[in-house]
Amino acid sequence: MADEMHAADHSIDIRKHVRTYIAVFVALLALTLITVSVSYLHLSIVPAVIVALFIAVVKGSLVGSYFMHLISERKLIYAVLLLTAIFFAALMFLPLEHMSDNLSR
Amino acid sequence: MEQVATSHAHADVHGNHEESGFWRRYIFSVDHKVIGVQYGLTALLFLFFGFTLMTIMRWQLAHPGEPIPALFFVVPIAAIGILVFFASGFKPSINMLLGALFIGMAGIVYYLTSGDERFPGGIMLPEFYNQLGAMHGTIMIFLGVVPLAVGAFGNFVVPLQIGAPDMAFPKLNAASYWSYFLGGTTMLVSFFVPGGAANSGWTSYAPLSVIATTGQTMWLIGMIFLITSSLLGSVNFITTIVQLRAPGLTFMRLPFFVWAQLVTSFLLLLAFPPLEAAGILQLMDRVAGTSFFLPSGLVVSGQPLQNAGGGSPILWQHLFWFLAHPEVYVLILPAMGIVGEIIANNTRKPLWGYKSLVYATVFLGFMSFIVWAHHMFLTGMGTTISTFFQTTTMIISIPSVIILTALVLSLYGGSIRFTVPMLFALAFLPMFGIGGLTGLPLGLAPPDIHLHDTYYVIGHFHYVVAPGTLFALFAGIYYWYPKIVGRTMNTTLGKIHFWGSFVAINFVFMPMFIQGLAGVSRRLYDGGQQYAHAQGVLYLNNVMSIAAWALGAFQIVFIINFFWSLKRGKVADTNPWQATTLEWQTPTPPPHGNFLKEPVVVRGPYDYSLPGHATDFIPQNDSDHSR
Amino acid sequence: MEIPYTIQARPDTGLFNAKLGIWLFLASEVMLFGALFSTYILLRTGAETWPRGWEELNIPLATLNTAILITSSVTMVMSWASLMMKDFKKYRRYMASTILLAFGFLVVKGFEYGHKFELGHFPSTSNFFAIYFTLTGLHGLHVIGGIVVNSYLLGPGSKMWATQPGRFTNRVEIAGLYWHFVDLVWIFLFPSLYLL
Repeated sequence: MADEMHAADHSIDIRKHVRTYIAVFVALLALTLITVSVSYLHLSIVPAVIVALFIAVVKGSLVGSYFMHLISERKLIYAVLLLTAIFFAALMFLPLEHMSDNLSR
Repeated sequence: MEQVATSHAHADVHGNHEESGFWRRYIFSVDHKVIGVQYGLTALLFLFFGFTLMTIMRWQLAHPGEPIPALFFVVPIAAIGILVFFASGFKPSINMLLGALFIGMAGIVYYLTSGDERFPGGIMLPEFYNQLGAMHGTIMIFLGVVPLAVGAFGNFVVPLQIGAPDMAFPKLNAASYWSYFLGGTTMLVSFFVPGGAANSGWTSYAPLSVIATTGQTMWLIGMIFLITSSLLGSVNFITTIVQLRAPGLTFMRLPFFVWAQLVTSFLLLLAFPPLEAAGILQLMDRVAGTSFFLPSGLVVSGQPLQNAGGGSPILWQHLFWFLAHPEVYVLILPAMGIVGEIIANNTRKPLWGYKSLVYATVFLGFMSFIVWAHHMFLTGMGTTISTFFQTTTMIISIPSVIILTALVLSLYGGSIRFTVPMLFALAFLPMFGIGGLTGLPLGLAPPDIHLHDTYYVIGHFHYVVAPGTLFALFAGIYYWYPKIVGRTMNTTLGKIHFWGSFVAINFVFMPMFIQGLAGVSRRLYDGGQQYAHAQGVLYLNNVMSIAAWALGAFQIVFIINFFWSLKRGKVADTNPWQATTLEWQTPTPPPHGNFLKEPVVVRGPYDYSLPGHATDFIPQNDSDHSR
Repeated sequence: MEIPYTIQARPDTGLFNAKLGIWLFLASEVMLFGALFSTYILLRTGAETWPRGWEELNIPLATLNTAILITSSVTMVMSWASLMMKDFKKYRRYMASTILLAFGFLVVKGFEYGHKFELGHFPSTSNFFAIYFTLTGLHGLHVIGGIVVNSYLLGPGSKMWATQPGRFTNRVEIAGLYWHFVDLVWIFLFPSLYLL
């Protein structure tokens, strides 16, 4: 049955994967502790944003790359996500740009 | 395994999916063809209803302050309903259901044209005029055109054209239709709540919409259903087109209509969620008392509003137009796809510049995400950001012109068959041209400041959507009707419908440019009577109203043709238009699973009039080179 | 004709249908939360005063919730890995833990909300709380959605393992992708709302 072949191919890889998952888990918990600790320093807003978003991006990439397997995904998925990222950026920055470039200010 | 003998020969190899009974066959089906027809019929009813709302508005514009002749609007609809209902022979059938729905619609229209909270003494209240304006726009766009263009044609035609047995996720497809149905029902019910339906325009600009009556809450809930429906649908369409193409059907062999649907689905997928977010935020503002869109220090009817403040009305506009501009292309792209199919078929020639059409469509889709703020030049936008949006807007007109040019050039040298679908498709070209070109001044800030919110804008986008998109959709109905029903629609009635609509619709929308250039605002309840600068163009109100009612009369010709041809139309064979694409290479109506055996595609979509062949068309799956 | 590529990947795209479907859905979810984050940034930069997260919100509880959600993501991916290794019992254990952790997240969240209400902090109090309640509330709805899907795959849906193991494994993978996305959203919500 083709179904079982599909699984059999992966069963050796999978054991390797499991070790990666545990490592990512530890890294995620460690990064959470770091970002929370930094918040207790009560930095001013700009450095606080930089540190917090940097750590969040690292954590997000770990989840995306390993738990969601984006590290070895098909081109088509990358294309969809790239397109989404571009429009996401437009949605983030263009309204903000409009607010700072306003004639009524 | 349940195998039911049906009237048309089912040669289905996997008979275990057979449905039985009226309810499972027609109402709770997961077959893409049935869902396509459900979408189509529901959307056509909503289109007719949304159109009727407009005809009521036009009474007020032409005869402000005069009592409305309610029966003038109610009787034609009731007559259609009674005719269709009685013609069904009282057997539970689609016709009986549609007849009942028309009678119900007549009831709603009667309710809407009477009653002291709308028409005290038969004279329309301004508040009710605002409801009609908001709901006409909402119903036509979100409940009429998009469900017809994407839900109906996309569902019925796309899987057939790509040689697929069904959509990739059939149950999701049914869920998508029922979510649309719930959204539509919510919108209809909102007319009956205290204060009536939403009345802040189809754009629902804050803060007006936040302080409006209960109808606005219903509008938001309805929109959330409709957005969910579109999201489920677009996930399904993209997956279907990418994954279920028949062997040999490469992307560059896809019919143009499929490309148009693919790009449209991406627009729906990525542009609708921000409006969903905005809808949730406005719902929070209305229900939970937040101030996302309410600025500080707002005073309503002389009373300071008790709210936290600090919100931004402009934020609503950004989130709204982030959807609503791509939405314009959601309205037009499937129409262009339909016109492309029909032009290739009726000129008996391949489409001119297929590849440039495809690339232009993809580029158009991409650009449509970064032009939205050209709707917002009047929000005090600075020069940097307005330059950006003016530039992108001028850029996006290029692919539109490429598409239109390629379609016009496709006519050159063809031996054109002037069938009814072709007439509508041909009319689409200049009508969309007018709509598109009149949009250019609106995309540039200096003229937009003069023209913003005038009838010029109404004229512009109605030329795009009404004689543009809707004509293309009518073309599609006449074109694919034989595949759905097995009979062609009556040609004479079709031609009356076409020529009548074509003349009337130009008398409705062309005068709007004149009024708009004279500075008549789009939201005036009396059509501009109280303004000195409007006096010179007031006579046009009457012209437009008479033309609009005439337009309605010609749609009744279409409705009669639609029902008459179900039983009495000329019987059509599998491929009545002698077309090349795959939907015509399977029995009519297509069996469950669509094809008797999996089609293998060996050629491009439009192999018409190839030299050295006995016929002037070669189907995409025809590998016989000897003919 | 049957619908192809429900189990096997289509050769030219390398994907089975639901895999593409869920990524498209997640793309739309990115835009949904994107619009909300955009709203947050816009309102905050436009506001005269805006409290720092730690002044108003409970960081230890939110840290606990972060740990819970991260753990549930690991158990989710482990439940899929167990199926890939043909260990159905292990799958059930991991999936059950995922669901329990998700409930744990909601309980903690409930305490947080309750405490805010006691203090008289409602969505209408200020735009800070409006953003806080709307974003965490919508995220909470996504958690509930995940619980529903995962419970189905643990309960009645798991019968498919006996008949179509490949298809069932795919379903768990798809549910997993959704669940990791819910985790991902929280990874960004947590610092944006609580720590900044």
